[in-house]
Amino acid sequence: MSSVTPPSEGPPKAETKPLNCPHCGAAITLRALGQAVVVVCEGCRSILDAQDPQLKILQTFQKAMASDPPLIPLGSRGKIRGTEYEVIGVQRRSIKVEGIRYLWHEYVLFNPYKGFRYLTEFQGHWNDVVVCKDQPIVDARLSIPLEANYLGEIYQHFQTADANSDFVLGEFPWQVRVGDQARLTDYIHPPRVLSREKTGSEITWSIGEYVYGQDLWNTFHLPGSPPEAMGVYENQPSPVGADVKAIWVVCGAFLICLLALMIGFEMQSKKENVFSVRYHLGSGDPTGEASFVTDVFELSGRTSDVQVTTWSDLQNTWIDVNYALINVDTGRAWDFGREISFYSGYDSDGAWSEGNRTDQVTVPSVPSGRYYLRIEPEVEPLHPPIEYTVELQRDVPVYSFYGIGFLALILPMAAVTWRSFSFERSRWSESDHPPSPIFTSSEDDS
Amino acid sequence: MTRPVGNCPNCGAKIVFQWSSSVQTVCEHCKSILVRTDIDLKKVGVVADLPPDVSPIQLYTEGVYRNRSFVVVGRILYQYDQGGWNEWHLMMNDGNSGWLSDAQEEYAISFRASGEKLPAETQLQVGQTYDWNGDVFNLTVITKARYRGVQGELPFEYWDKSEVTFADLRTASKKFATLDYGDADPVLYVGEFMEFDDLKMKNLRQFEGWR
Repeated sequence: MSSVTPPSEGPPKAETKPLNCPHCGAAITLRALGQAVVVVCEGCRSILDAQDPQLKILQTFQKAMASDPPLIPLGSRGKIRGTEYEVIGVQRRSIKVEGIRYLWHEYVLFNPYKGFRYLTEFQGHWNDVVVCKDQPIVDARLSIPLEANYLGEIYQHFQTADANSDFVLGEFPWQVRVGDQARLTDYIHPPRVLSREKTGSEITWSIGEYVYGQDLWNTFHLPGSPPEAMGVYENQPSPVGADVKAIWVVCGAFLICLLALMIGFEMQSKKENVFSVRYHLGSGDPTGEASFVTDVFELSGRTSDVQVTTWSDLQNTWIDVNYALINVDTGRAWDFGREISFYSGYDSDGAWSEGNRTDQVTVPSVPSGRYYLRIEPEVEPLHPPIEYTVELQRDVPVYSFYGIGFLALILPMAAVTWRSFSFERSRWSESDHPPSPIFTSSEDDS
Repeated sequence: MTRPVGNCPNCGAKIVFQWSSSVQTVCEHCKSILVRTDIDLKKVGVVADLPPDVSPIQLYTEGVYRNRSFVVVGRILYQYDQGGWNEWHLMMNDGNSGWLSDAQEEYAISFRASGEKLPAETQLQVGQTYDWNGDVFNLTVITKARYRGVQGELPFEYWDKSEVTFADLRTASKKFATLDYGDADPVLYVGEFMEFDDLKMKNLRQFEGWR
């Protein structure tokens, strides 16, 4: 004989004996195949000893279940992380914070091979919870340590509160009773929550991960839709993404690219001065229609922009210049009108001035070729003598594009950062460590 | 490999030891508890009816722990206030014996450790820490368990027990330890918690309506 002999009686079968509640006689279903410690009668709410073949009554309590049926009915089955689980029990618990009672539900899930896991629900927020196999590390010298290290990750203390079991239904793998008290301490590292539960001298750590109601509704094939999630829950993942810092790093990389692009174009631009001519309009020169043309000049190189600068040291008057940049060979023309004006003086408030003595305009995408400029100045009828300068530059880098690009990057980032900031504030406002208000009103009005 | 073979002194059924170092076994036919002596098998007791099985593990379940295959050859059943649990006796393919506990389907593999200075039962207190072999063990729970019975082969004589004290210790890694006060001197078992799937077990119990 070289191999192990299997037992002769064949695979044992799970026995499904009909059971009845010794208190009210209602049928009792044992779903956990003997792994549960207590079972609650659905008829009379008696808590029964699930390990006792006679189902000894451990506790009876009165609670109208009809007003608060479990959202996921007992007996529902669904696959969680690849394993099928059955909902076998539900417990409603509550804590009191500053006189307000907060309720939540805990569902017990069972698989005969993998054991137990739990789902918790508070105001539409769900967590998938298992008991920790590893012991979290906390500073034992503190009565309430402010952080816990679990598998190398730091969890921040969120809340410590005393919980009460309000009612129970179905089966439980521990000796649950209505009225049970436990001290709960939650540490968070969204989307996970690390919970310490102390009952008497026994301490149990569990690790939960935020799950969405709709996913559970799909998992357990439940009709309708899950209750809407209200507010921000302690370990709810931020809609902005967990790590705003990481997004800033990416944004920073884009900004560097933008800067590199700017430097690249700056170096490539020729910034060639094509001409600079000073013109004179004597006082009383006829206004209007006095157009003239410049000499023909060469615009060379790649198709690029042309910058026309109009400048004058005029004083308390204006000048309008209508330009046409005309290609000698093709006759193609770019028309544009510019105005400069400058006024200044003194009044009761002192010196004032308005207007601008310089105007600059960029004509984009001008092909190379031979060009001339037609200039048509317009001034007010009784003008003083005016001198003005027209400068023409070829292939000038345009910085405003980079400004737009910079804003296009920074503005959404600022919005994301603000959203994340306010989400985290909402989260922590429900904790034992609420953030201090941003705007403090001055209390000492003296 | 030759296996020790004998006959049950009570009912005459053939008794085959799977593990050559087994000291005790239970006759599958008459439930007599048999202890090996130098020459034959001696009946020392009988196993009362065992409570209904809840574990997916059974005798002859096979599995793998850290690249070593094992087969379940025996068990000790205990009962405590959270229900029952088994300490399954494993025959490892390297000839050593190991243990697989299944309390509420939290699986842990452990091996007997020696050479450590162990606290007396009266010194036990939840929250104490012990430094064993470079790991810090934190005493998390003291369990008073009732002995419910045995099945199959065991590496020592074990029957007719009443209440046994266990102290469970955990570490920040998945390691764990149990102090067993079932005999005059405490015995330390050190091991680790295992995921069910990682043990790659075969020949498990079938549960009606599951899988």
